[in-house]
Amino acid sequence: MSSIVDARGLSCPQPVILTMNEIKKVQKGEIIILVDTDTSKENVSRAAIAQKWTVKNIEEEGTGYRIIITKD
Amino acid sequence: MPKFIQFFATRWGIIIVGAVIGILATLLQKLGNPPNMGVCVACFERDVAGALGLHRAAVVQYMRPEIIGFVLGSLIAAYIFKEFRARAGSAPIVRFILGVFAMIGGLVFLGCPWRAALRLAGGDGNAIFGLLGLIVGIWVGTLFLKNGYNLGRSQNTHTTVGWLMPLTMLGFLVLMLIFPQIQGQEKNGVFFYSVKGPGSMHAPLAISLVIGLLIGFIAQRSRFCTMGAIRDFILFRQTHLLSGFVSLVVFAFLANLVLGQFHPGFVKQPVSHTMGLWNFGGMVLSGLAFALAGGCPGRQLFLAGEGDGDAAVFVFGMIVGAGISHNFGLASSPDGVGPYGIPAVIIGLLVCLFIGFTMRKQVA
Repeated sequence: MSSIVDARGLSCPQPVILTMNEIKKVQKGEIIILVDTDTSKENVSRAAIAQKWTVKNIEEEGTGYRIIITKD
Repeated sequence: MPKFIQFFATRWGIIIVGAVIGILATLLQKLGNPPNMGVCVACFERDVAGALGLHRAAVVQYMRPEIIGFVLGSLIAAYIFKEFRARAGSAPIVRFILGVFAMIGGLVFLGCPWRAALRLAGGDGNAIFGLLGLIVGIWVGTLFLKNGYNLGRSQNTHTTVGWLMPLTMLGFLVLMLIFPQIQGQEKNGVFFYSVKGPGSMHAPLAISLVIGLLIGFIAQRSRFCTMGAIRDFILFRQTHLLSGFVSLVVFAFLANLVLGQFHPGFVKQPVSHTMGLWNFGGMVLSGLAFALAGGCPGRQLFLAGEGDGDAAVFVFGMIVGAGISHNFGLASSPDGVGPYGIPAVIIGLLVCLFIGFTMRKQVA
C-alpha cells in the first residue's frame, strides 16, 4: 500500500517538505508524489535520492507528474 | 546523470549558471552599470519604478533592460522546453505585501541578495552585514516553513494570466525604443531618466537586454535562486542551489580582479553606507520576506516569465515598494538610512511575523 503526497499547486519548498515528512513517517515502502511543475519534479527527485530512496518512475499525469519513489 | 534531471539542473549546471551570472554582472559594470551593481534585481526594479514616476528620486530613474530581459528570457526558455504554465491564486495579496517589504528592507541595505553577492565580490565589507542579515531572515523563514507555513495552492488558469507580466515587460521595451534616453534630459515622453547618480549609469541598451535575456534563459532552466540557496541548506542540508550562489560570488570576484574592479574596504564603497546594524536589519527583513514568498527577487522574475501570476504580483509589490521607500524617506543613501527607514524595517518584520504565524497548515 503506497501513500500519496499531493503537492500540486504548491510552491517551493512545500513539495519537498511534504515529501520529506512522508519519508520520515513511513520509513520505507512506496510513496507517490503528485506535482505540477518541472521544478518540483526535479526538487522532489533530488531530495528523495539524497534520502537514499529510489526514483522508480515518473509519469506525466494531467498537467503535471506522478513520481513514484521506493525504499526496501 | 538521471534522465529526469536536465543538464542545467545538475550540480555542474547550476555552478556554470552562477559563474556566467557573476562574470556577466561584472562585465556590465565595466560597460556602464553602477559599481558593484552589474545586476541588482531590487535596485533595478527601483530604477524601473523611478522611470515610471512611481517615485521621484532623481538619481535612480531608468527602465532597466536587464529586468525586461530576465522575464522575457525565462519566457522563451519556458516555451522552448514546454514548461510555460499559467497559474495563479496562491495568496496574491500576501505576496504583494511581502514584495513591498522585501523592497523596503532591500533599500535600507541598498541591494538584494544578488547585489549583496556582487558587493562582496567587489570588496565592499558592508555586504558581510547584509549577507548575515539575509541568512538570519531566511533562517526565521525556515522556522515558519517547518511549522506548516504555506501560501496555499495555486490553480491552473488562462494562458493570458501568465502572459500579462511578459507583455508588460514587452510594452516597457517598446516604450523605451519609442522614448529613448536623450543626453542631459530628465524626461522623454512617458519615461523619467536620471541625468546623474546610479540611474544615469548603464551599459548600452542592446547589451543590457541581451545579457538579461541570456541570464533569464539559463536561470529558468537551472531554477537559480539566491534565497533558495540558503533556505535549502538550512532546511535540508542541500547544497545544490548554494553551489550556484557561491559560484556567482567566486566568479564575480575573479572577474573583478581581472577587470580591476576589486577595491576592498568598508568606507566610501559605491552606493552603500556603513551603518552595519541596518545593513544587517534591512536584509533580515528582505530575507524573511523572500523566504515567506518562496523565492529571491530574481527567481520571482523568472517564475513570472514562465507563467506564475503570483510571482508577477510579488514583482509588482517590489516595484510599488520602491515607490513607497523613496516617497516616504525609507530608503538609505550613501549618508546612511533614510529618516523613516528604521521604523519601516521594524514594521515590516512585524508584518512578516504576523503572516508567518497566522498562515499555517490548511493545505487540503
